[in-house]
Amino acid sequence: MTLVRFWMSHASELQGLLLQHLMLVLVSTAAAMAIGIPAGIFAARRPRLGRFVLVAASAAQTVPSLALLGFLLPLPFIGGVGPRTALVALSIYALLPIMRTTVTGLRTLDPSVVEAGVAMGMTPRQLLWLVQLPLALPSIITGIRVATVIGVGTATIAAAIGAGGLGEYIFRGLAMVDTTTILAGAVPAALLALTADGLLAWAERGVRTGQVRIGMLVTVGGAAAAIVILAAGAGGYVRSTSVVVVGSKNFTEQVILGELLAQAIEAEGATVSRKLNLGGTFVCDRALRTGDIDVYVEYSGTAVTAVFHEAVPRESGRALEQARALYAAQGLSVVQPLGFNNTFAILVRRRDAQALALQTIDDLHRTMTRWTAGFGYEFLQRDDGYPGLVRAYDLRFASEPRGMDLSLIYRALAEGQVDVIAGDATNALIDSLELQLLADNRQYFPPYDAIPVVRTAALLREPAIGRALARLAGRISDHDMRAMNAAVDLERRDPKSVAAEFISGLGAK
Amino acid sequence: MNPDLVRFDDVEYRPPILGGVTLAVHRGETVALVGRSGAGKSTLLRLVNRLLIPSAGRVTVDGRDTRQWDPIRLRRQVGYVIQDVGLFPHMTIAENVAVVPKLEGWPQTRIAERTRELLDLVGLPSADFAARRPHQLSGGQRQRVGVARALAVDPPILLMDEPFGALDPVTRAEVRREFTQLKKRLRTTVLVVTHDIAEAFALGDRVGVLDAGRLIAFDAPSQVAASNDARVRALIDAVPSALP
Repeated sequence: MTLVRFWMSHASELQGLLLQHLMLVLVSTAAAMAIGIPAGIFAARRPRLGRFVLVAASAAQTVPSLALLGFLLPLPFIGGVGPRTALVALSIYALLPIMRTTVTGLRTLDPSVVEAGVAMGMTPRQLLWLVQLPLALPSIITGIRVATVIGVGTATIAAAIGAGGLGEYIFRGLAMVDTTTILAGAVPAALLALTADGLLAWAERGVRTGQVRIGMLVTVGGAAAAIVILAAGAGGYVRSTSVVVVGSKNFTEQVILGELLAQAIEAEGATVSRKLNLGGTFVCDRALRTGDIDVYVEYSGTAVTAVFHEAVPRESGRALEQARALYAAQGLSVVQPLGFNNTFAILVRRRDAQALALQTIDDLHRTMTRWTAGFGYEFLQRDDGYPGLVRAYDLRFASEPRGMDLSLIYRALAEGQVDVIAGDATNALIDSLELQLLADNRQYFPPYDAIPVVRTAALLREPAIGRALARLAGRISDHDMRAMNAAVDLERRDPKSVAAEFISGLGAK
Repeated sequence: MNPDLVRFDDVEYRPPILGGVTLAVHRGETVALVGRSGAGKSTLLRLVNRLLIPSAGRVTVDGRDTRQWDPIRLRRQVGYVIQDVGLFPHMTIAENVAVVPKLEGWPQTRIAERTRELLDLVGLPSADFAARRPHQLSGGQRQRVGVARALAVDPPILLMDEPFGALDPVTRAEVRREFTQLKKRLRTTVLVVTHDIAEAFALGDRVGVLDAGRLIAFDAPSQVAASNDARVRALIDAVPSALP
């Protein structure tokens, strides 16, 4: 029921995401067919060379999808945040099933039929088009069917790099720990996969029994593709050049901040495209530098250590100046901080804290040999994360810390899977899950003031950005941020409306 | 005009598969080649339409070495019927018969007319059969379609490799009888391969006996039947009523 209500209230967004999803799958499958079928024909004719081609395709298939997107992101021409990279990745995944079934289809033909064709005086080309391909067609369609179903599933990952599609809801839901939002994306994706599977199974059967001719398939397929492309074009999928692109990392606070920036800029009269929920710091930073996004909110401490690998001053004003200078050299501008400081928080269960009288991180020495820690993947890697923490406090846990997704980590702590975690000080779940923050008594964590980072070129091109950011400067307190996080994470409200409410409140203050 | 439409001059193909075969097929006659499995019969046929190229010696068709023929041109003039028939399962019966005329670029109306004529000729009325698919036909019917397809452009040469081998004895006798009737109305030169010497005697104007890649007899059926060669006798004695 809540799911249906969610769809009703997000009808136009859902429609847009569905179209993007269809577009991703259609274009990538078509590209894979254009490459895979000729490659399959080649591999079937030259078995020795063909084996290399197949092995290469199999190897590409085994790369996990997120990792493949990671590899492709920094590449010129095909990389970057947005649908292009996703299309390349999806095409690579679709390639193997199509190629393999083409080869199988051609290799398993009845030899007497092929010989009859040769003996009738068919040229190799005529033999291919009149006999071999038509007979291998059911097999090739099976490959297209497998590729399409895999594509519908894999395309949900595309949202991680801002390519849109139904994965948006899934990632948004994961960030908010909200099952309804996850299902809002997962259910249509599953239905889409089933529909595609059914249609292609029908085509395959039709071809096998001879009721459907190739011409008919090409016409129907072409018409379907044309409709989707037209609809997607009309739906504004193709973005115009004078748009401000706002990005964000993949957790609730970042999505809300992204919405805040987007709506503030829109209020100043510019057109905004949202690429929220992009991924971690590295993805956002790379997208900003390549111009795939124009602005996102970073944190001063994260910028200096994680982006530029320098030591962070403990004083927040100096950390900000250092970040500003480092970014300026890259053609990026740091404008006024938003106001709140989202420092890392070392968290434990409140009942443990009370029972063991834990108040500071140093107090962990009393229990650490029996405890297991859980940290986000980024925290485990970053210099200002786990390695530094262990050094600064001389910590030694019972076992290696467990790497977990940020969206799951609070719940994992509350449910006792781990005993101590690092989270965000502004996270709404801290109160609702009855967690306790341990004080950073050795001042290990640097200041993490929220700072919008903008491409200087975009700031000059579109004055609305500067006006919007000036309006937000210093206006979001720690308390405001926690309240907005709570509204989304706990009250299950839409980040969009939470941000809108905050902006309308700004005028009144 | 060269009286020998097909000639084999001391032809070898990867001996011992085929070793030193010499034979001439006259225009308009039917030559039946007989021998055990593995005697080299099919190899010999496949040398005629250049599916194979001889290792030594030469095969000439209409006075020209097969190596000098454009293989595509050659094959369009040589009808080929094989035991497995090799009908195209994705095409209708009419489309199967029309393949070579289409490759030759005949006009539509002529193709339609020729297809109807051929199906009627092999006893498969076009009205009933044209739109069916191969899997809807019996083995004997498929075999007849194979013959019709091979005859589509009225080729001067027809090669038949165990054309009736897959049929049950009754159907086989029936199709064979029809073929004999058909042959009288055509002026095609036929080279037919069989392992059944009775069939060879029934079909061939002359009969060649192949044994271990060599031609050990080549003569009129009555002469071959009277042969004293032990290997020929073995073939004849294997069939109770093999005499022509």
